[in-house]
Formats: sequence, structure tokens, C-alpha cells
Amino acid sequence: MADIKTVATRVGYGEALVELGKLRDDFIVMDADLAAATQTGKFKAAFPERFYDCGIAEQNMLGIAAGIAATGKKVIVSSFAMFAAGRAFEQIRNSVCYPKLPVIIGATHAGISVGEDGATHQCLEDIALMRSLPNMTIINPADAVEAKKAVFAAIEHNGPAYMRFGRYAVPVIFGDDYDFKIGKANVLREGGDVAIIATGLMVDEALKAYDILKGEGISARVINMATIKPLDTEAVIAAARDTGAIVTAEEHSVIGGLGSAVCETLSEACPVPVLKLGVYDRFGYSGPAGKLLDEFGLRAANIAEKAKAAIALKK
Amino acid sequence: MDGKTKLELQKTACKIRMGIIHGVHAAKSGHPGGSLSVADILTYLYFKEMNIDPADPKNPNRDRFVLSKGHAAPALYATLAERGYFDKQELFSLRHIGSFLQGHPDMKNTPGVDMSTGSLGQGISAAVGMALSAKHFGDSYRVFAALGDGEIEEGQVWEAAMFAANKKLNNLIVFVDLNGLQIDGTIEEVNSARPVDKKFEAFGWNTAEIDGNDFEQIEKALAAAKASDKPFAIIANTIKGKGVSFMENSVGWHGKAPDDEQYAQAIAELETALAAL
Repeated sequence: MADIKTVATRVGYGEALVELGKLRDDFIVMDADLAAATQTGKFKAAFPERFYDCGIAEQNMLGIAAGIAATGKKVIVSSFAMFAAGRAFEQIRNSVCYPKLPVIIGATHAGISVGEDGATHQCLEDIALMRSLPNMTIINPADAVEAKKAVFAAIEHNGPAYMRFGRYAVPVIFGDDYDFKIGKANVLREGGDVAIIATGLMVDEALKAYDILKGEGISARVINMATIKPLDTEAVIAAARDTGAIVTAEEHSVIGGLGSAVCETLSEACPVPVLKLGVYDRFGYSGPAGKLLDEFGLRAANIAEKAKAAIALKK
Repeated sequence: MDGKTKLELQKTACKIRMGIIHGVHAAKSGHPGGSLSVADILTYLYFKEMNIDPADPKNPNRDRFVLSKGHAAPALYATLAERGYFDKQELFSLRHIGSFLQGHPDMKNTPGVDMSTGSLGQGISAAVGMALSAKHFGDSYRVFAALGDGEIEEGQVWEAAMFAANKKLNNLIVFVDLNGLQIDGTIEEVNSARPVDKKFEAFGWNTAEIDGNDFEQIEKALAAAKASDKPFAIIANTIKGKGVSFMENSVGWHGKAPDDEQYAQAIAELETALAAL
């Protein structure tokens, strides 16, 4: 078996910032004392005069970002997902989203795969929180290539954007010719028996689930849903109409995330069985990321099981 | 300050106070006390200090003002209307369905409002961001903000204060409207932030403490602020409800509207005061 290249999406994010910095000097990057971990440190090293550290004060950082954006300038702020979406939630709501200011939030270390830091740092609620905010766009890239392209798209976006990145190195799925568009899902595999709608590191697991299912004679459509808001409802409804059974897969709580968004769409437009794979209303705990993904059932085998269960629910 | 200038400012402030009362009465809700206390500061900023043009409210080089104590929106609106950003008749639509004069400032829809505020502690960070943006991109505009004395109980205010000093944002001037009262009582009874000047100084700011209802003292403090090499906090001792006798220094008038009788009395008092100037 050929070696599979694995890179964390946060690394793609950090590289994108540096590349963007070479192309344009009309934006500021900020962090809250986590620059090495979030990867904004790469930008800081390349363009120290364009980087500001807010210190451990995420609420203030989001407010400052809103102020910068209110002067018509671009700004990208970073922290861990827990402290960006969680601690600074109300600042994002009232100072960023209400006035629809184009602040880009680069939230890293999302999900259970933070690993050893444990429950306090394993943010499983950020998509739910950000999805509830009017004017917010949410992008959860599947690999480092998509992460990089998403950063380039976000800086052109005229409104708030929450970008979700992981700490854990995950397989690279896309080639450099991949065309990322905000709000556009990609069908990565075609199939007619069931559709797997996945986001983030679960996309690679979904591709592996496709192979498992294929071996059992089941044909699955695999959709990469990088933009969770605005959701590509056209792709979701088409998947429901064409296959009649849906599985969603995300490294996030099953409450309020991608699965919820898909259910909200389909319950109104095309009701079919939807089974949600994610973290079931619980906190995480310390351990190696890979082992945690096994223990929390966020693997291809779990997706394949859900797919079969969804097919069994078809009328 | 010459006598004529002072007189004009006093007249303008009196009209702005009437605008506050008109708005809050028409809304049947809102915050007259903290609006009346900060009215002289707003008058001075918008009629004497700031580089602004009501005909061009989005000019990128304009001075900015952030009303961090967003509940004093009636004062900001009355000031903007008096300055010519929009028709004074609009003040009577305050808090009504479809009005651009929301209960708390909305930068997207109100001409002259530079930042949406209302959730306490957040406006100061936005003002810091504006000041940082000006420094970073080489722009010469200045940023002004007004905080409430209850508001500075919010931790975010001190996060912002620490950062502003660390980045030497001497293009930032912040008024603390120290009227001594918040919703649940006096600031001493609730959770006093006193001494306010010492706190800002400890965070690396220069400060001046003044009577915030006195234009000459406001002018003097702003002159000191302009010469400062650090962000500058003007601790403005004010009278909550200033200008309306029965609202002055009364906790009860933090967040309620006058009834018709009280409204008539308040307007009559302000008209008498204006006529006496």
C-alpha cells in the first residue's frame, strides 16, 4: 500500500496565511497566545509587523477584530475552537454577526481529535453555536488542500466566516486543481443506495466507508460538505431524492451540527431516513486522537453500519 | 473657551437633552438617566472636537465614536439629529417597529453610528480595533468612546485597556461617564470599580478626572489627551439625569420613560433652561 500523505488542516491554514500575505498586505492576523499551535505563527514569522497577539483574551480579540473590520479592513483571528466559538460567542454574535462585519475566525483544535488535552479543549459544540448566528458562514475543510483554498475564498467573502480546523494530521484527499467554492458541496463518489454526507476529517472516513459498502454490494454517494452554512440544500435534497437514505458524519455533537442542518432541510423538503453519526451528547476525554476516534465511533466502519441501517429504514 | 462658544455648546446640549426626552417618551421605554449624563460629552465631541461630515457619514478618514454604553442610544441619536445626520423628527420613532433608531445603536442602518453596541464591554474593544487599524494602515483619524461606570465591571473592558496600552494606541480617547449609579443601585452598593483613574493608570493609560458636565473641563482634558503618548481615559464625573430635576441622581430613572405629565414637565424645564441661556 502506498504511503498516504497526512497533514492537519490547521497546517494548510497556516500555509495559506503566508501565501496570502505574499499576495496582499491589506489584512491583519491576530491570535490569542496560541500562534504556534494555531499555525498563525507561520504568518507572524513571515510578516511580524502585520501580526498582533491579543494575549489570552479571546473576547477582546473578537471585539478588536470587529473594530478593524468596521474601518473597512480585513482581519483574520485565531484561537482554539473552544475559546473562539465558546468563550467569545456573544462577541461574535453582537459585535461581528449583527453588524455583518467581515471577520474571519480561524478556529483550530476543533473536535475530539485534539486528543490528550481532554474534554475542556475538545470542542464539539462550535458548529451548533456558529450555525445559530444570522450572517455567519461556516467552513469545515476535509483536508489541508481544502483548508488552504477555503482561506483564499474566505478573505474575498463579504461577511463573517468561521473556519474550523483540526490538530490531527489527516489524509490529503484533494489535488491542487481542486476548485473550492463557499456553499458548494462536492460529490466525491457516485452511488444510488444511500448518501453519506460528511464534513471535516469524516470525509476521508466516508470514502473508506464507500469501499467497505462497495465490497458488500452497496452503492453509496459520498458528499463532502465543507460549507455547513449556508448549506448546499440542493445537493442535500438531490441526495435524498436519488438515494432515499442519508447518513451524516461529523466530528461534532449530533446536536446542532451538520446532521441537524441536513435534517432541518430534509424534514421540510424531502423527508427520508437520516441517521446521524457524531458525538452523542457527551464530553470527550484524554487520549491519542486516533484512539479517541475509534472509541467515539467516528470511523469508516461506523459510517458503513449507519448506512446499512439507513437503507433498512427506507420504505 | 470663549463665552460665545460655551453658550452655543450649552444651547446645543439643551436641545439634545430635549431630543433624548422626546425619544424616550415616544418609545415609552429606554434609558434617559445615562443619556442625560453623557449628553455634554457627546455635544462637545460632535460639535467641537471630531473631524466629521454629516453629509458624508462613511468617509474613511472621519474620526470615529463608539458608544460602548449603548443604552445611552437616545443621547447619540439626539446628537446625530442635532448635528444634521438625519431629521430630528426621526427621534419620535425611537424603538418603534421599522425605525432605524433601534433600542441600541445599529451601525448598519443609522447614519452616523460607527459601531453597533449595547452588550456592555464590547464597544471598547471595537474602538481599540479601530484605533489599531488606523495605526496599522497609517490613517490619521482618531477614535473616541464612551463607557459607563457600571459597564467597567465587565472584564472585557480591562482586556481592551491592557491591549490598548501595550500597543501604545494614543489615538484612542475614552470617556468614562461616572454618574455613580447603575440599575441595581449606586456603583458602591453594587460592585464599585473605583478608583477608576488609578485602574486605567495601572493598565498603562494616561488619565484626567473632570466634571463631565462642564465644557471647559472637557476641552482641557481633550487637549491633554491629544498630547498623550498613551491611550487616554477621561474620568468624567457626571450627574445621572442631568438637566431634568426629578431625574437627577435617581436610580429609578436609569431605564424608564416619563409618563405624559413627567414628559411635559421635563420639556418645560429644558425649555426654560434654554431660554435662560
